Amino acid sequence: MKKFLIPLVLFFGLVAFLAVGLKRDPREIPSPLVGKPAPAFSLPTLTGDKLFSPADYKGQVWLFNVWATWCVACREEHPLLVEFSKTQSVPIVGLSYKEVQAADQANGPLSDAAKLSLARERSLRFLQRQGDPYKLSVMDLDGRVGIDYGVYGVPETYVIDREGVIRYKQVGPVTPDILQTKLLPLIRSLEKS
Amino acid sequence: MIPELGQFSLVLAAVLSLLLGILPLWGTVRHNTTLQSLARPLALLQFVLVALSFACLAYAFLNNDFSVKYVADHSNSLLPKPYQFAAVWGGHEGSLLLWMLMLTGWAAAVALFSQSLPLAMVARVLGVLGLVTVGFMLFILFTSNPFDRLFPIPADGRDLNPLLQDPGLVIHPPMLYMGYVGMSVAFAFAIAALLSGRLDAAWARWSRPWTVIAWAFLTLGIGLGSWWAYYELGWGGWWFWDPVENASLMPWLVGTALIHSLMVTEKRGSFKAWTVLLAIAAFSLSLLGTFLVRSGVLTSVHAFATDPTRGVFILIFLAIVVGASLTLFAWRAPQVTLGGSMGLISRESFMLLNSVLLVVATGAVLLGTLYPLIIDALNLGKLSVGPPYFNLVFAPLMVPLLFILVPGTIARWREANITEMLTELRWVAAASVVLAIGLPFMWGPWSIGSALGIFLGMWVALGSLHNMVERLRKPGRIGGSFWGQHLAHFGLAVVVLGITGVKSYEVERDVRMSLGDTVTISPYTFRLVDMVDVNGPNYKATQAHVEVLKNDKLIHVLYPEKRRYFSSAMPMTEAAIRSSFLGDLYVSLGDPIAGDKPSWSMRVYHKPFVPWLWAGVLLMVAGGVVAAMDRRYRRRNLDAQLKTAGEAMSNAV
Repeated sequence: MKKFLIPLVLFFGLVAFLAVGLKRDPREIPSPLVGKPAPAFSLPTLTGDKLFSPADYKGQVWLFNVWATWCVACREEHPLLVEFSKTQSVPIVGLSYKEVQAADQANGPLSDAAKLSLARERSLRFLQRQGDPYKLSVMDLDGRVGIDYGVYGVPETYVIDREGVIRYKQVGPVTPDILQTKLLPLIRSLEKS
Repeated sequence: MIPELGQFSLVLAAVLSLLLGILPLWGTVRHNTTLQSLARPLALLQFVLVALSFACLAYAFLNNDFSVKYVADHSNSLLPKPYQFAAVWGGHEGSLLLWMLMLTGWAAAVALFSQSLPLAMVARVLGVLGLVTVGFMLFILFTSNPFDRLFPIPADGRDLNPLLQDPGLVIHPPMLYMGYVGMSVAFAFAIAALLSGRLDAAWARWSRPWTVIAWAFLTLGIGLGSWWAYYELGWGGWWFWDPVENASLMPWLVGTALIHSLMVTEKRGSFKAWTVLLAIAAFSLSLLGTFLVRSGVLTSVHAFATDPTRGVFILIFLAIVVGASLTLFAWRAPQVTLGGSMGLISRESFMLLNSVLLVVATGAVLLGTLYPLIIDALNLGKLSVGPPYFNLVFAPLMVPLLFILVPGTIARWREANITEMLTELRWVAAASVVLAIGLPFMWGPWSIGSALGIFLGMWVALGSLHNMVERLRKPGRIGGSFWGQHLAHFGLAVVVLGITGVKSYEVERDVRMSLGDTVTISPYTFRLVDMVDVNGPNYKATQAHVEVLKNDKLIHVLYPEKRRYFSSAMPMTEAAIRSSFLGDLYVSLGDPIAGDKPSWSMRVYHKPFVPWLWAGVLLMVAGGVVAAMDRRYRRRNLDAQLKTAGEAMSNAV
């Protein structure tokens, strides 16, 4: 009799692991950057005229959001970011990540200036239509800043504190749940300290 | 109105499946034949209703009804009609509806083609299928309703994922689901047998054709998935050990063990408890696969929109179905009598070894697939398990499995004579060894791996041919199950040879090419001659013209494309493949590279023997179909025969 119970016992062991696994997010990847200063860069902004670098925001808590118009998941989280920017005082800086893709250069590579103007045009149109949650957006056309930040999949969102230290990294879209349970409490505690 | 009709008939079907899950089973407990005889009409009716519901969803797709959220999310008015139809199963909700269509379809098939079965057995089998259907019905109605409306109504849909806009993907999911869901029939037969306490040869015989057909569908579904990945993903791989691929491979491995074990149970009355356990396991693994794909516990290329509530639902369903089945098993299996005795070397012992190897292989795949999840659950960190693990553990299990296949087909039941077997197989063995040593010299550097692969492939292929020739020399009608068996084994051999060929001799060159540049993979030279724009119905593409030369003679022109779909702006790679008997020439177009003159990154591959993989899979599928069509399973007087056999046995006792 006992040996015939073995499959049942094994199965419930498996179910226990699956139940715990359900609560975890396999996309949540520990980033070595959390707790480290946000890598420095200096990039042109979406609207032109100036360069932006993270040092400009020293002394305040801010969000750094990696996005692109070609990114489907970004469109999913976009309304939430717009809502956030309307209700919260924390600024969101966008990183327009590799906006110009290979398919845009089907007839041969574009020059850097052409790329920048194409990226600006497309991003601005997108933000006009979908709402603009960003205080400003910087243009990372070749994805080099993305490499420094270890961008793993677009969208990504970083919480950066007053000292310019990365406190949190979210890979994939921010959901209302993540916003309520993770981002907002963290931002509040960072603003208090 | 049409979507509401679809929704309504789905709810009605759910009610019917609940009745089907209760009344006939209750009838078997109370020996009430009226209740039992409700099983067939209920099963047929629920299928008709689900089919109507499915048709309503398809209608919404074909008429661009974007007021239905699911349609708006997965279709677009520019999408070609065939893909609008295929988009019905292009997402989670619709694919579940397809799943339901097949589940109720299998039940309807059992209802129609079970004339030779006793009524109580039909009632139990269909009752169990009804209960399984109830679970899925609740899942679809409460967490994944495809008929939900959307307001405001969007002007156009978001379009089907371009990766899915492909003929391979149109038929891959239906075939795979037919296999997955088909395992539920084998499962229902096993549970029915446990419920009745009649675990005997008759049960095994009834169950066999259904199991073999389900296995054939599963084989075809996995093969199609692999084929699609090979030409659509654009990097020439055909198996990635992705969690979702593993989820389909596991029921296949156990299903393969099951069809062999069922044979022993039918012919010799042995392995009964084991066979039942395999049937439960095959279906459980299908459910587990569903859970893994749709709950988001594992990362995978098969990104279904995942939702934790769905995960919780399937996990509870899984726990109830499998938990109840295994409890029933633990309760009833000890009463099962042992079958006939078997010798150390006998058909039975080879079948046992076959089962053990396949189950261990399944365990290894299961462990590799769930290991990241287990480690995470124990808070030991994050990690992923890649192909090196799977190749390392899987191949050493397949080598002995392929080796014992041939002696297993000629060994006698009960007690086999080793000397006799060695004599019979000496020419097959000698020929395989000679080919294994000789053939690799023709193809390139000799390696022990390719020699071993060729030996095993030839051993199985020649062994099957040997069996067929020997049988043809004897008189008498040859049954479908004989041809099916050897056809499938031969197909497996072709797959093994294909894998060996491509793994040992493939050449991959990732190069940067400008117009006029050439790259050579002996004996072929590839030259990029032109780059043009092409307009498709719902995409724009850049197409490269690549000439293939052999000995300075032009033999083909290949046209790889990079597509950009209007709706999603996601660039897609369309590889150009030229297949021949001995292999594929494979060119895929990458990204443009900045520089003085325009150039592009290109992948130029020579993939020998890849078509053998697909041909082998088709042979295996054909083998399964031929075996299931064996006239033996369709005798109308089966019932009568078994009755006399049963009487004879009770008289003997």
